[in-house]
Amino acid sequence: MIRPIPPGTRDVLPDEMRELRAIQSALLGTFDAAGFSEVRTPTLEYADALELADRSSADSAYRFFDERGEMLALRTDMTIPIARLVADRFRDVDPPHRLSYFANAYRAVTPQRGELREFGQAGVELIGVPGPEGTAEVLELLDRSLTAVGLSESVIGLGEDGLWTSLLQDAGAGPETIEQSSELLVSHDLVGVERTLTESDELSPEAITEATRMIQLRGGPEVLAEAREFGGEGFAAALDSLTANYESISGRSIGRKVLIDLGMLREIGYYSGSTIEVYDEAVGDVIGGGGRYDDLMNRFGLDLPAAGFTLYIERIHKAQLERGNV
Amino acid sequence: MFEELRKPGGKLKMAVPRGALLGEVLDLLDRIGIETAEARGDSRSLVFDGGELMLITMRPSDVPTYVSAGAADVGITGKDVLLEQSDRPVYELVDLGIGPCRMVLATQKGDVAPSEHQRRLGMMKIATKYKRIAEQYFAEQGRQVELVEVKGSIELAPLVGLADGIVDLVATGRTLAENNLEVREEILGSTGRLVANRVSYRIRREEVDDLAARLRAAVSDAPGES
Repeated sequence: MIRPIPPGTRDVLPDEMRELRAIQSALLGTFDAAGFSEVRTPTLEYADALELADRSSADSAYRFFDERGEMLALRTDMTIPIARLVADRFRDVDPPHRLSYFANAYRAVTPQRGELREFGQAGVELIGVPGPEGTAEVLELLDRSLTAVGLSESVIGLGEDGLWTSLLQDAGAGPETIEQSSELLVSHDLVGVERTLTESDELSPEAITEATRMIQLRGGPEVLAEAREFGGEGFAAALDSLTANYESISGRSIGRKVLIDLGMLREIGYYSGSTIEVYDEAVGDVIGGGGRYDDLMNRFGLDLPAAGFTLYIERIHKAQLERGNV
Repeated sequence: MFEELRKPGGKLKMAVPRGALLGEVLDLLDRIGIETAEARGDSRSLVFDGGELMLITMRPSDVPTYVSAGAADVGITGKDVLLEQSDRPVYELVDLGIGPCRMVLATQKGDVAPSEHQRRLGMMKIATKYKRIAEQYFAEQGRQVELVEVKGSIELAPLVGLADGIVDLVATGRTLAENNLEVREEILGSTGRLVANRVSYRIRREEVDDLAARLRAAVSDAPGES
């Protein structure tokens, strides 16, 4: 009879531990060389402090009471604890703040899906540098980090949070249609998106064609040119922001393809502006993500622009194994 | 061939559903120039070289599993399967219009209407394979039900008193009629969909887009298709 451990958790044995340790030192070394210093926050936090960020993103699956009856929670990511740390500890320190972490986070899992309840994240937060410049710095470091762990073939996807909503608003869609279709887009149901727009009766056939085309645009700078034809002023502003981000990275040394993805809409609620995802063909899942969250710090009482990325350690490790370069 | 299946890159891998949809899927693939003769034969093999695509055949309900994990780049399966497994993230790209069927609530002929039954007893016992869809349908209407999950011929359940009714997929309605059941409520309509893995959708976008465009064209050209 063996003693089970909870589904979605695992024991790491020496061989794998060595490989994970190598990933850790490669990533922390890269972060450090770029001026990002490692921090650590407690595994246990007060639930209401985490929820200040965004109810849905910080919605921890693991909450319990301490000896005084206060509710504690396990973090779902490291971005929120670091936002809290910066807002409280660096209140009087001049920005920008460049911080990094290598830590576990915790989410609920569906049984038998190979999902992890406890998983490793390595990433950085750049707090206090706005717009294209800050995003470009983060993207450049992401590129370098992927190279440092031997994933030179991984692709970085770059999206922009406001594109979808503004395109629909410009075309005259009501709030209900926008909400419904956004939910469908987050779940990647492009057939459902088109159907919702058609059934709403709020958009012209041309606007529907434009919208369904827009969310499928992904590729090089040519997709920015094609999207120029779409929407009205609101959409043009969102597209300008994406274009500025893309152009600002061309001045930096990024050794891999950055895929512009106009249909990218991430589930996490606190993102604003740029969104980032990392793909590797050897793994069927997104291996990293990030973006801008210019409104997040403000919820902790310190109004600073911010951006960052995180890499999922177990998936990075899997990609290395599949590619045979551990 | 087996070597190629495990490596990243190579031909695009398509998860093809065996069962009721298979014939229509292969006809559709024929029309866009995929080699399907081998897959039509009575070979025990599960994997076929379709020329530009590798065809991987499986149960329709396994398609989201393979595609969401990236073991297949694209796949074809019913909307009912996608809804039932909505926690497996895949891109839903094209409504292929094939294999149209309906998800319905059915009870025995001659029984009182489910709404009347529910008014009197407050609760119904429903047998189904589609637990998530049924749960959502009744929850949205504020109706209390007890769901009994069964794997095989669901029509049996109300006949022998395991449940008051069933939530099941019907195409022609013949099986229902032959088992003394009739449709009481329509829950949703379903057709076959082209789906893609989230990573393949980005990294192999030219091939995925090209395949989607050709299938879309083949479907809209077909006479008599919905």
